[in-house]
Amino acid sequence: MFDLDRWQEILNAIKQNKFRSILTAFGVFWAIFMLVVMTGAGNGLINGVTSGFQDFATNSAFMWSNRTTIAYQGYDRGRWWSINNDDIEAIRNEIDGIDVISPRLQGWNLREGQNVVRDEKAAAFNVMGDYPQYRKIDPCTMPWGRYINEEDIKLKRKVCIIGENVYDVMFDEGEDPVGQYLRVNGVYFMVVGVFRSNNPNINIGSNKKETIYLPFTTMQQTFNYGDEVHFFGFTAKPGVNVQGIVDEIEPLVKKHHKIAPEDDEAIGGFNVQSELQTMEYTFLGINILIWVVGIGTLIAGAVGVSNIMLVIVKERTREIGVQRAIGARPAVVIGQILTESVFLTTVAGFLGLAFGTLILHLTNIALTAAAANAPEDEMTFFANPEVGLPLAISALALLILVGLFAGLIPAMKAVRIKPIDALRHE
Amino acid sequence: MSNSIIKVSSLHKSYRMGNNALHVLKGIDLDIKAGEMVSIMGSSGSGKSTLLNILGILDNHDRGDYYLNNVKIEKMNETKAAKFRNNYLGFIFQSFNLISFKNAMENVALPLYYQNVSRKKRNLKALEYLERLGLKDWAGHLPSELSGGQKQRIAIARALISEPKVILADEPTGALDSQTSYEVMDILQEVNQMGITVIIVTHEDDIAHRTQRIIRLKDGLIEHNELNGKYEPVVAGEIFTSN
Ligand SMILES: Nc1ncnc2c1ncn2[C@@H]1O[C@H](COP(=O)(O)OP(=O)(O)O)[C@@H](O)[C@H]1O
Ligand SMILES: [Mg+2]
Repeated sequence: MFDLDRWQEILNAIKQNKFRSILTAFGVFWAIFMLVVMTGAGNGLINGVTSGFQDFATNSAFMWSNRTTIAYQGYDRGRWWSINNDDIEAIRNEIDGIDVISPRLQGWNLREGQNVVRDEKAAAFNVMGDYPQYRKIDPCTMPWGRYINEEDIKLKRKVCIIGENVYDVMFDEGEDPVGQYLRVNGVYFMVVGVFRSNNPNINIGSNKKETIYLPFTTMQQTFNYGDEVHFFGFTAKPGVNVQGIVDEIEPLVKKHHKIAPEDDEAIGGFNVQSELQTMEYTFLGINILIWVVGIGTLIAGAVGVSNIMLVIVKERTREIGVQRAIGARPAVVIGQILTESVFLTTVAGFLGLAFGTLILHLTNIALTAAAANAPEDEMTFFANPEVGLPLAISALALLILVGLFAGLIPAMKAVRIKPIDALRHE
Repeated sequence: MSNSIIKVSSLHKSYRMGNNALHVLKGIDLDIKAGEMVSIMGSSGSGKSTLLNILGILDNHDRGDYYLNNVKIEKMNETKAAKFRNNYLGFIFQSFNLISFKNAMENVALPLYYQNVSRKKRNLKALEYLERLGLKDWAGHLPSELSGGQKQRIAIARALISEPKVILADEPTGALDSQTSYEVMDILQEVNQMGITVIIVTHEDDIAHRTQRIIRLKDGLIEHNELNGKYEPVVAGEIFTSN
């Protein structure tokens, strides 16, 4: 419904108060502009940080043993102990919520001098023992060959898979490593694959790119770790809380090893799920802050619009009186003022939205260019600063609402003008 | 029922000014028949405009009765008052009160806008009225581009377009020279010949003498209310032949 007369009045009112209208509209423009840019920046931060977790099993946790801190059942405090194969077996059997569990060995003692040798090439790398299940927690692609499999575990095969940097150092470019041998701390292992983690930023125990993974059982036997498990990771079944599982595992393991049930230090852990949750709360906090600031600014803008509308109503008192005298119903006058107010806010806000989006777009282009030039390993904390269509739409809806509110007092004032009062100043 | 279009009895109106009340109308009795042309005279401050505003439902009276077209007018909400004004009444002001950013045609059409008449229809009708008043060529002009007499004729067209029963004019010639004043009076007389009741507030004798009846206010009361023996209507049908 396009009502030419109404728009004629709106444009005229704005024209007559050009400078003030622009100043006022700027308030709303700025509010929306800020809101868009801040939300975009916030989203950029969130995108940047969460992309670091991309693909990593977010419903997972890692646990390890620490020295005890409480004397218990004849044992002194400060005792060294180790998780072992039986613990893993017990956890696997007794705790329902676990999807996969993957014990790991970390060869701290193995990385020394040039522990990895192939013909003339020699270098120092980390060595870890893993189960095939580990890939479920920390997914990877295989540029060459395959991952560790169940047969490797069962037969304690002397095979290994290697990280990208290990390949780069020990092999020529493009050389097929599968079937080749590496001497690791004096023992020969056949390379069956090269892995590239989907999350190079998350390194638990060692830098994955510089690590050689052996089958867990092979490593336990070859390097004399007995039945020790250095740490383990697990994922929860869908819908099961990770912390709940941790809380079940701890008493079980403590009982096996005669550790005081109240000894909170004896088992260390890292709960990916709760870490992510903490991060999400932080993001929520950032978002709330953005909206509080944005809406605060918007309210200031609305007060400005309300003010200019009051001025307009005052300057047009006589005109409104005439209109009333020749038959304009109060509803017509109210509609007029409200439309005007909504128009001012929406146009200003829309410009703010457009301008803010443009700035974000330019930032994005700059970021993309910068990322293309940056070294590959560099962790990004900022990616894709943008606002989605839902935000844009809700911002516009908000503007209309704000416009209505801003127009309310002036409209009421306009309606209270009695034609007789408006006409008397002759 | 009588053929009174306006019937007022014991009408009182006072304005509150701080602690004092200014008693402006102190019991007005008035009966105006449909189709009459009446002038209200009196010195400045005698309450002419106050009375006219009450008749135009622009203001409320304190006491007494007022019947417009046999409908009792009481304190009513603004929406209803606006409807009454739009349907029964046309206003003409001393200072024209045209909307400055609307051209002549749009100004004339405005009352129909408030009746939700489509833009095309109301502009067509506005042009028709402008033509009768000899202003068709000025349809696209803004008020600021027109002379006083032209503005008042546009205001008359605006008052007429909603086909009111009563035209209320507060000093319609107050801002015009005598030549133009007479032209405006010619038009108002013709409007009256169409059957529309015309009530003119004026303090000029020669204007008053062009109406059928002259009512004089003094100290809030009607001092004289008599037919005008010298009344000579213009030759009818010069301007509004088509009606
Ligand atoms: N709204 C008002 N408030 C207070 N006094 C008013 C108001 N309107 C008119 N008056 C006073 O009432 C008296 C009559 O005014 P008015 O009817 O305009 O006189 P006239 O039109 O005959 O010159 C004047 O003294 C005027 O000052
Ligand atoms: Mg007066």
